Formats: sequence, C-alpha cells, structure tokens
Amino acid sequence: MQSLPAGPAPAPRNQLLVGSSLAAVAMAMLTGGMLGVWLVQRTEAIDAEGHWVPEGVTIPEVPSNVMLLAFVGVCVFAQWALWSAKHNDRPHAAFALGCLALVVLLIVNAQAFIFHEMGLGIADGTYAAMFYAITGMFIVLLIAGLAFTAVAAFRYLGGRVDHELLTAHAIFWYAVAAIYAAIWFVVYVVK
Amino acid sequence: MTTIDSSPEAAAVTPGDTDAAGAGANPLHALADWLASTDHKRIGRLYLGGGLLGLAAVVTVNILLAIERVDGADSLLAVDSWAQLVDAQRVGLIFGAMLPLALGLGVAVVPLQLGARALAFPRLAGAGLWMWFGGLVLAVVALGNDGGTSGGQSDMVDLFIAAHALMALGLAATAGSLATTILTTRSPGMTMRRVPFFSWSVLVYSLGLLLVLPVLVGTLAYLFLDHRNARTGFGGNEGIVRWAGWVFTQPTSFLLAVPAIGVFVELLPVTFRRRTPARGVFFGGLALVAFAAFAAVTQQNIFSLPWSGAGVNLDDLGNKFDDLVPYLLFNGLPILGMTIVLGLGLFLAIPQPGVRPNVSAAFLLAFLGFSMVFTGMLGNALFAIDDMGLQGTVFEEAALVYVAYGSVLGVLGGIAHWAPKLWGATLPTGKVAGLAALGFVGTVLASLPHYVAGFLDQPAGLVYDDSDLQVWNILVVAGHGLVAFTVVGFVGLLAMAVRAAASAASAVDDPWDGQTIEWATTSPAPADNYVDVPIVRSAEPGLDLKTPAAVGSDA
Repeated sequence: MQSLPAGPAPAPRNQLLVGSSLAAVAMAMLTGGMLGVWLVQRTEAIDAEGHWVPEGVTIPEVPSNVMLLAFVGVCVFAQWALWSAKHNDRPHAAFALGCLALVVLLIVNAQAFIFHEMGLGIADGTYAAMFYAITGMFIVLLIAGLAFTAVAAFRYLGGRVDHELLTAHAIFWYAVAAIYAAIWFVVYVVK
Repeated sequence: MTTIDSSPEAAAVTPGDTDAAGAGANPLHALADWLASTDHKRIGRLYLGGGLLGLAAVVTVNILLAIERVDGADSLLAVDSWAQLVDAQRVGLIFGAMLPLALGLGVAVVPLQLGARALAFPRLAGAGLWMWFGGLVLAVVALGNDGGTSGGQSDMVDLFIAAHALMALGLAATAGSLATTILTTRSPGMTMRRVPFFSWSVLVYSLGLLLVLPVLVGTLAYLFLDHRNARTGFGGNEGIVRWAGWVFTQPTSFLLAVPAIGVFVELLPVTFRRRTPARGVFFGGLALVAFAAFAAVTQQNIFSLPWSGAGVNLDDLGNKFDDLVPYLLFNGLPILGMTIVLGLGLFLAIPQPGVRPNVSAAFLLAFLGFSMVFTGMLGNALFAIDDMGLQGTVFEEAALVYVAYGSVLGVLGGIAHWAPKLWGATLPTGKVAGLAALGFVGTVLASLPHYVAGFLDQPAGLVYDDSDLQVWNILVVAGHGLVAFTVVGFVGLLAMAVRAAASAASAVDDPWDGQTIEWATTSPAPADNYVDVPIVRSAEPGLDLKTPAAVGSDA
C-alpha cells in the first residue's frame, strides 16, 4: 500500500484548553441541572406548605456573601499566576497559585461554617437533603480544583515552560466562580 | 490548529504490533499492561468487549421477560423478581450495551481516522472505562440483592443509584477525552469540514454525553441523599423513575444511537465508491439527531402532546404551541436529521456509469441498524401523541428495543468494517451478511409485535388479561431469540477471525477500498497508528492516493 507523505513537525498543543473548557461545560450542566431540580422542588414545596426553607432554620448570609467575594480573589490570583508565567516570573506565579489555594481552603471553611450555623440535619427533610447535595457537590468541585492547582504548580515550577496549563487552570476557576454565583443567587439569595 | 501526540507507553512498543507490550514471559505483566493501558485501541476493545458481554446479558434478560409475558396471567418466574428484571432490561440496554459499544468503537477508531497517534487524555479515558465497568458490576450486584427502582433492600437501592452515578461519571470522562481528541489532534490539513463522518458523529455524541450525563449525576446525587435520609421530596423508590427515568427511554436513546448512524453514513461513500457532495448537509443531519439530548438536559421523561384530535382550535393556540415546540424539538428534529441522511444516502446510491457498488456485510449491518433506529424514532413520535392512547402500553418498550437493537446492529457493522485495523482480521462477508439478516428479522420480531400490542392496549408491565395478545408476545420471544443468535454468532465469528489472524498475518491493509486515512496504515494498526504523520488534502485522502479509475466519476 502506498503510504501518505510525512507531515510537518507537530504544532503547539491546545488539548488542555479544550479539555478544561469541556470540563467547565460539564460542571455547568451538573450545577444547572441541580439548580433546575431545586427550583422545581422549591415551587412545589411553597405551593404545598407555604415555605421552602424549614421553619426555624436561618441561612447565614454573611459567609455566603464573603464566599462570593472570595471568588473574585480566586479569579484574580488565577489570572495573576498566568500573567506571571507569561512574563517568566516563577516566584510570583508560585505566590499567586499559593494564594489561590489558600483562598479556596478558606471558602471550604466558610461553607463548613454555614453548615454549622444552620444546624440542619441531613435527614431533616427534602430541603436539607438537597441543600447538602448541592453544596456538597460544589465542595467536590473545589477539591478537584485544588488538585488541579497543585498539579499546575508542580508542573510549572518543575520546568514546564508553556502557558497552556495555567490558562486551562484559569478557565477552570472562572467556571467554578460562575457556578458559585449561580448557587449563591438561587440557594442563598432567592432561598 | 492540529497536533499529533504519542503516548509514552505507545512509543515504547515496537511499531507493527499493537499487542506486543507486555506480551513477554510473565502473563501477569501482560494483563496489567492491558488493564492499565493508555493505547486507544486497547481501551476501545475493552469497552467493546464489555459492551458485547453486557449485550449478551441484556438479550438474555429480554428473552426471560418475553417468556414471562407469553402467558399474561401466570408467572414462570418469582413475581418478586419482575421489578429487578425490568430494571435490568433498561440498565442493560442503555448502560450495558448502547453506551459502551458506541463509545468503545469511537475510542478504538477515531484517532486512526484523524491521523492521530493517541487519544487526548488517554488515562482519563482509561479511568472512565473502569469507572463504567465498576459501576455496571455494582448495579448488577444491587439488582441481584433486591435493589433497583422497586427494590426492597434500602441499601441496595442506594447502591443502585450510586452505581449509576459512577457509570455516568466514567462515561462522561471517556466522552471528554474523545471530544478533545477530535477537536485538537487531527492530522495536518484535516479541517473540521474534512473530518470523517463517523468521527463527526462521535464528536456530536461525545458533546451530547457531556451535556447529558452531568445532569444525570446531579439528579442521582439528590436521589441518593433523599433516599438514604428523608425520602420526602423525591418519592422514595418511585422517585428514581420519575426523576432519572429519562435516561432509560426515548428521546434520550436517540442521542445514544448517533455513532451507529455515523457508521452508516461513513460506509455510504465507500459502498457507492464516490466522493460525497454536500458533506455539510450530512454533518447537519447527524447533528439534528442529537437534538434529542436537550430532552435529557431538561430532564423530561415523557413528552405528551395533548392535541385532543379536534383540529386547530385558535382559542387554545398558545397552549398547543407550548406542547408542540418540545415535541418537534425532541422528536421532529431527530426524524428530520434521519430523513436528511436517508435522502443523501439515496442520492449517493444513484448508479454511476462504470462504477460497481461495493456492498459489504458491514454496510448491510449499518443500513439495517439505521432503518431500525429510524423505525423506533417514528414509533416514539406516535407514542408521544396523547390521542393515540399508547402511553402506559408496551409500545414505549418496543420503540426502545427498536432504537437499542438498531444501534447495536450499526455498531456491529462498524466492528466488522474496522476489524482489520483493530485485530488484523477480516470477518467472512457471507456469514456476517447472514447474521445481519438474522439480526434484522430478530429486531423486527422483538419490537413490531409490541407496536401492534400497544395499539391493542397491552399494558407496559408483564401482566395482561386479553388472551388475544398472546400471539404477539410469542413473536417477541422469537425475535429476542434471533437477536441472541446474532450476537453470539457475531462474537464467535470475530473470535475465530482474530484467532486465525493471530496465527497467520494475512490482513489486507485496505480491504474495502476505503476513503479515509486509517486505511493507509497497516492492518492491524501499529501501536503508534502511523509511522509518519499523514497530511490530508481533501475529505477523501484515501481516494487521493488511488487511480481515478478506481473511484466514481466525480472523484
């Protein structure tokens, strides 16, 4: 069989960018689907019982608002890391990634504080199960993002010179921030 | 922008022998190499093997259900096991057969078609394979221990839900790897307009899965926590069907059939030996079928169309418009897509002077599979209309069986077509054609009688009162039995061909006069697929290498 001619040297890759974007879409679908079910159940509960949030339960608004503001910081740190990498400034890139990880840990802590303040048992009804499901799923996304940040930091500081990894990393965190904004609005503002 | 990548594992293998790695003295090393492989052909073949196993199991379950239905009043099996059998049928058709078979064929073939040396994120695809397999095993364990949607063991019901989440996550991971591969690792010169039809269908399918499966995971997370704790908001066991049942029926199943339709479209120009005009229209047709994904995204289980049969009532036009839009979106657009594909296929089949069609057994399988999927879609379009009175009858199950078995026939056609590249084996044409005919008759018998029985009001369960319905259910038993023969026969033929190929390397590199670049590499394809990265200058690079006399007049 006649063979096809050899091609040129491989072009620069962009697999991480595309993969990260697809992951962002999947995360958006995950959260969007959950929020859709949340709204349906909320409407049914209000029609049947007149309320959705169980009586006696107060949702602490301050930590949820602080979490939203913290995501602004997460996005800034992700972009700062990328900007530093583009300027071959490893110390600042490492510092930005470290700050990002720290802020994400603080967000997880704030979520845990919300759980504690609400004092809601997971078996206390539909609202409780759904609240823990959607916030728990979001914590899983945060932990996945932390793992991504750790991998990005090790690979960049280990000598990887292209910026694709940190660009993909930034895309991931922008998506997580947007997802939290939706959760914040539906779960903590609309209630 | 395109790029070609080599996986470290693949690069370590001697070109010319895909299975050379780990095939040394220690069989455990060889097994470990297979189980942890990042070679797309191995991952794809493992998916296909698991899918064929799942298919054999679900056909067996279908036979048991059909036998149980022969006598609508008495029961052969324990009544307690009925619910688990019905669940096993749905889980088996969707998660055990349709999803892994289509995904496996895509993983095995698409990088070859793209001129790529490896998948993007091959470890993600491999991890997805084992998550799917683990989830499937857990689902079977749950069903075997009184779990499932109607199970009596609470822990097993929880396990059933969690197993589905695991399967969905695994399949989504592999779909993400496949979609990224198609978007980023095409050969130089292969623009998206030049992507082979099968690869395009797999892209549409993968993106559809990435939209649909996360929604399922989110719903299952709610169901799991609610079922394990309060059981107030989602209705306990019944809530599983109400909130997650959309994944086990139409129109979601249409999305799962897209790669099978892609096999049919891929084989059209090969069969009729001509370049394809208006490729974009084929692309559009395949994409329209995937619009069914939006039914899943919106988590709608049954699409009813309450038209009341009273003609157009302008006073109620607003409500009718609200009903009609989702109906047309989720049923009309897929049917339109299939019609476009069929129309262009007929155009390609117009006889050309001096060109003799090369009708292979693989094409026969793919065509018959396409026609079965189409029949299932048309049936579902009737089912959704309230005035037909079909809801709550066996008609819905018949439409699912049409789509599922049709999709399986299409994938089997793909396996027969690409077997030279995956195993270095060519399946015997006559025997595969015989199996195609058997599978076609089996699918029709397994489904059409229940279409009729649906119009005669046979309820969806296993029990019915009207003894006149018995004859239709006997035909269904025969249909599932023929499909079982088809599956077993195909697996047997494949095993014999692979064994023969292993002892005598006689596979031809291009047995079908192919048009895409995978036929330019050796059979079986080496570990790295291509020694040199091929350059693509048209949508039919395989034809570019051959003499004009070998192709159609419009070549």
